Amino acid sequence: MPAIAEKAPATLTPAAPRTRERRGRALLVVLAVLLVVAVLVGTGAGALHVPIASVLGVLLHKLGLTSGWAFEPQQEAVVWAIRLPRVVLAVLVGAALGLAGAAMQGLFRNPLADPSLLGISAGASLAAVAVIVLEERVLKLVSALPGSAGASAYVLPLAAFAGACATTLFVYRVSRRGGRVLVSTMLLVGIATNGLAGAITGLFTYAATDAQLRSITFWGLGSLGGASWPTIATLLPFLVLPLLWLPRLGKSLNMLALGEEQAAHLGLPVARIKWQVIGLTTLAVGASVAMVGTIGFLGFLVPHVLRLLVGPDHRFILPASALGGALVLLLADTLARTAVAPAELPIGILTALLGAPVFLWIVMKKATKIA
Amino acid sequence: MIQLNALSYHIGPKSLLQNVFLSARPGEVLAIIGANGAGKSTLLKLLSGDLKPSAGEVIFEGKNLAQWPAAALARRRAVLTQQHTLALAFEVRELVLLGRYPHFGGQPTAHDHAVVAAALDLVGLRHLAGREYPTLSGGEQQRAQLARVLAQVWEAEKGFLLLDEPLTGLDLRHQHQTLAVARQLARRGFGVIAVLHDLNLAAQYADQVLLLHQGRAVASGPPAEVLTPDYIHLGFGVEVELLTHPSLGCPLIVPTVSMPF
Repeated sequence: MPAIAEKAPATLTPAAPRTRERRGRALLVVLAVLLVVAVLVGTGAGALHVPIASVLGVLLHKLGLTSGWAFEPQQEAVVWAIRLPRVVLAVLVGAALGLAGAAMQGLFRNPLADPSLLGISAGASLAAVAVIVLEERVLKLVSALPGSAGASAYVLPLAAFAGACATTLFVYRVSRRGGRVLVSTMLLVGIATNGLAGAITGLFTYAATDAQLRSITFWGLGSLGGASWPTIATLLPFLVLPLLWLPRLGKSLNMLALGEEQAAHLGLPVARIKWQVIGLTTLAVGASVAMVGTIGFLGFLVPHVLRLLVGPDHRFILPASALGGALVLLLADTLARTAVAPAELPIGILTALLGAPVFLWIVMKKATKIA
Repeated sequence: MIQLNALSYHIGPKSLLQNVFLSARPGEVLAIIGANGAGKSTLLKLLSGDLKPSAGEVIFEGKNLAQWPAAALARRRAVLTQQHTLALAFEVRELVLLGRYPHFGGQPTAHDHAVVAAALDLVGLRHLAGREYPTLSGGEQQRAQLARVLAQVWEAEKGFLLLDEPLTGLDLRHQHQTLAVARQLARRGFGVIAVLHDLNLAAQYADQVLLLHQGRAVASGPPAEVLTPDYIHLGFGVEVELLTHPSLGCPLIVPTVSMPF
């Protein structure tokens, strides 16, 4: 057995090369490059095809730069007013969902965890469906408020966001015992709350008219069709904090993988970290769901695939899940609006349709590896 | 230096520890012994700050444990618990690097990686640095966790290591290797507090022994003073005979009667 060095071990040599770390860095670069390419391709794709060179020309022109890439005024109008807001929305929402999924799996120390466990989606759905069914009465109430001109368009997303926050807060409070939140309890409370919210949503659905049922169904399927610069301006303030802050919690989530007590022995303020992860996730997912409806499987699948590539280190998994989520949702949305043009597939259907088989394939592959 | 002043801990009316006094000094290995349910793990949890004392106080380096900033404490004192769940499939080197987290901000330095390698050397696991933790055997997992806590306080001055049953699941060679590491650390000025079950190992490696019986510290002092037939009978209800180890000179404890069941 080698002796412990008497002095600080400045001369010790590191063990074998750290392959995972290098792969993690490489993955972040590859994902970032792919995302840029996907943004350019996605902005160009559609009924009016715009070549990538023209897309670049428009973007640089909008930034106040002149470039050699020529474009026509019609192309500029389509790219700037229609395509780009939608691409940006897909990137923002995809990044938020991917990041939130990775953070939840880290917090619950369970690869099956998902923001829906906190009741975020169920709460948002309940509030949205309630607004749709009680539409007239709600809108009458809103229009009675002073200075509410044009506010009715925001009633549904605001209600959905409030519903998401209220449910999460409920789950969080009920799971608290003697000042401590046990994530295992939270998991059970979350499942029960999901069931309860689902049942109440069912009651509203039961009372809905045919037209309302159609609205409910489409809201549930999710769509990025409402994208515009004002939509993004509304969404962005809610997403800035989670998108910048959650990726910084990688070290904390790595320590939590040891268990809460052991993480505390490493100096981690466990209670504060839990509160941060839950708060930021609710903000990100609540705002996203409110704006585009429920988009399944993304937050669950993306971190899974990435962990297969570079291992579970959250210092890489969190930023990579943001980039990966953005990339996947952007590609899915581009497909959704071009595959059956001029009609459009609901994005929620597409992500589940593509996501579920990929996930099954991973599970099967893993099973054979273990066997 | 860790001091316990009149430490008590109870849950409702049930008293788990009563009026325990203790001082653990840097440079010494302190073994906590006692029968199942005597309060050993509770005592260690109070020492580590997992539990708050019902009465009395834990003083670390002249300051109440609760008043220590978490990050500063983590750089001075590491804890190896009995539970070794790891939710994610970290490589062994990534697990040990977790012990360095209190030392670096964004990215680990070359020094941090060097400490990880040295800690793995010390527990004899360097060849498994790239293996995923869940694929290790129970004993190897235990040693990987030991490497993690070693890396955590590697360069601490008068650092402390709290080990709750660190030998569980280890073979003979690695039981001795683990305690030899504890001795080496004590020689470097560390304080080591370990919950041990094997009295002969306590006799061989500890400088101080604390015997707990029904939540009370019934004896404490050098092994030769605590590991006597009378105290062992009081603590464990077993008759033993005390020999002197032929080559090491420490007490050698041999039960004399077969137990009636």
